[in-house]
Amino acid sequence: MNGRRFQGDYFFLFTNLILKDFKIRYRNMSLGILWSLLNPLVMMGVLTFVFGRVVGGERPQYFPLFVLCGLVPYNFFTGAIMTGTTSIVDNAPLVKRVPVPREVVPVASVLSNCVHLMIQLGLLVGIALAFGIRPGAQWLWLPVVWALYVAFVCGLALGASAINVFVRDTRYVVESFNLLLFWVVPIFYSFSSIPQKYAAIYRFNPVAALVLAMRNILLDRTPPPTSLMMNLVLAAALSLAAGFAIFSQLKMYFYERI
Amino acid sequence: MSVALRFDRVSKSFSHHGGRMLLRERLVELARHSRPRFQALKNVSFELAPGESLALVGCNGAGKSTTLNMATGLLLPDSGKIEVNGRVTALLELGAGFHPDLTGAENVRVNAALLGLTRRQTNARFDEIVEFSGIGDFINEPLRTYSTGMAMRLAFSVATASDPDILLIDEVIASGDSAFAERCLEKIRSFQRDGKTLLMASHSPTLITMLCRRALWLHHGQVMACGAPGEILDAYQEATQGSASVSAGGS
Repeated sequence: MNGRRFQGDYFFLFTNLILKDFKIRYRNMSLGILWSLLNPLVMMGVLTFVFGRVVGGERPQYFPLFVLCGLVPYNFFTGAIMTGTTSIVDNAPLVKRVPVPREVVPVASVLSNCVHLMIQLGLLVGIALAFGIRPGAQWLWLPVVWALYVAFVCGLALGASAINVFVRDTRYVVESFNLLLFWVVPIFYSFSSIPQKYAAIYRFNPVAALVLAMRNILLDRTPPPTSLMMNLVLAAALSLAAGFAIFSQLKMYFYERI
Repeated sequence: MSVALRFDRVSKSFSHHGGRMLLRERLVELARHSRPRFQALKNVSFELAPGESLALVGCNGAGKSTTLNMATGLLLPDSGKIEVNGRVTALLELGAGFHPDLTGAENVRVNAALLGLTRRQTNARFDEIVEFSGIGDFINEPLRTYSTGMAMRLAFSVATASDPDILLIDEVIASGDSAFAERCLEKIRSFQRDGKTLLMASHSPTLITMLCRRALWLHHGQVMACGAPGEILDAYQEATQGSASVSAGGS
């Protein structure tokens, strides 16, 4: 609602919106939530085969798990940012007819992707256990890094969804960016193989930062380094601040533009 | 709290293209500095005391829906002020948050949350909502299996269950079968008896005289007259017939 306070129950509202997305997505599929497992498993298999067998060279230990540590953050990012970007336009009836704070729409669409994320994280942990990796105290960092990461994506989605209302090409920009991201995030290669002069640039990529954090926690069995955590905190704070700023500047024009 | 709703010299204009712009067109527009706009409301002022009912009359495009949308807070005025005291629920396009793949019950919960009900309120009023809609066992079927009338009935039931202080209505009761229309009317009347404020846009003289003590006539976004429904409707009908005969004579 513009300027007027929403008097409802945010928790109830978000639960309902997330459940709604989840139900809609799976109700008409015979395989249901198996799809959430199938995609990362197939990708993991293909990447493990291509970069483990076809392309030569030395591969990190537990290579399938190593790849999956890259895929899960990448999948979440691309899925969430894509639905987030189009969320305001896709939910035009809601935005135009229901006096609910508009910020709810992109944030709920990102949070809906967390349901998939939970399934994929479950898969990741299951595979880690299957490889004989024992849970340790450093696993307590998992919720922390993911919460920061989700906040980072929410900020981006807020900004992108607002811009997409005015410039509908935004979604294609995001689509292309997602394709590019697959290669610039160390999914199937390790951070140590990046030449020194490019490594600095990688450090500023929050998606890459999360991949590194996941590998630290699950594969190296160490807590993520402080510098990495600082990067994630900074990314989340900056993205949320910028996202809210852009969104609140543009939201008053949504009604006319969608 | 002396007023429930006040419009103070409210103006609103829209751009013609409605926003579907690609990057190229946007750049062209920026370069030209030209922005043709459509004036939807011009200096509209009116006041509604708590418990009062006002009907908006006027032909299509006169600004009735814009006025209602602005009262919900969905649309902001270009100039002027809108003051609202109390919780507003709009029966504009019913079922805006409804999804065809969800069941009636699921849609009720999502919509209730969107309308600002808490979990407890939703649970408490759920049976009442279903009962009033008269959907029966269909409540657990996907919404796409519903007829238009059934979906409308459900939407009306949820919206009115949100217990608003100010109710905005845009001719929704016109659809649905006569039995349900009668029940909707009864519901609106009971709202009025409870001292709720009502603002409605309608083309139906019967409905207007039945529900409202005052009417406001809008024409091309301007207030033509405001007063007792009988007088306003007469003046409005005279004017529209007059313009119809003028255009008929001119052709």
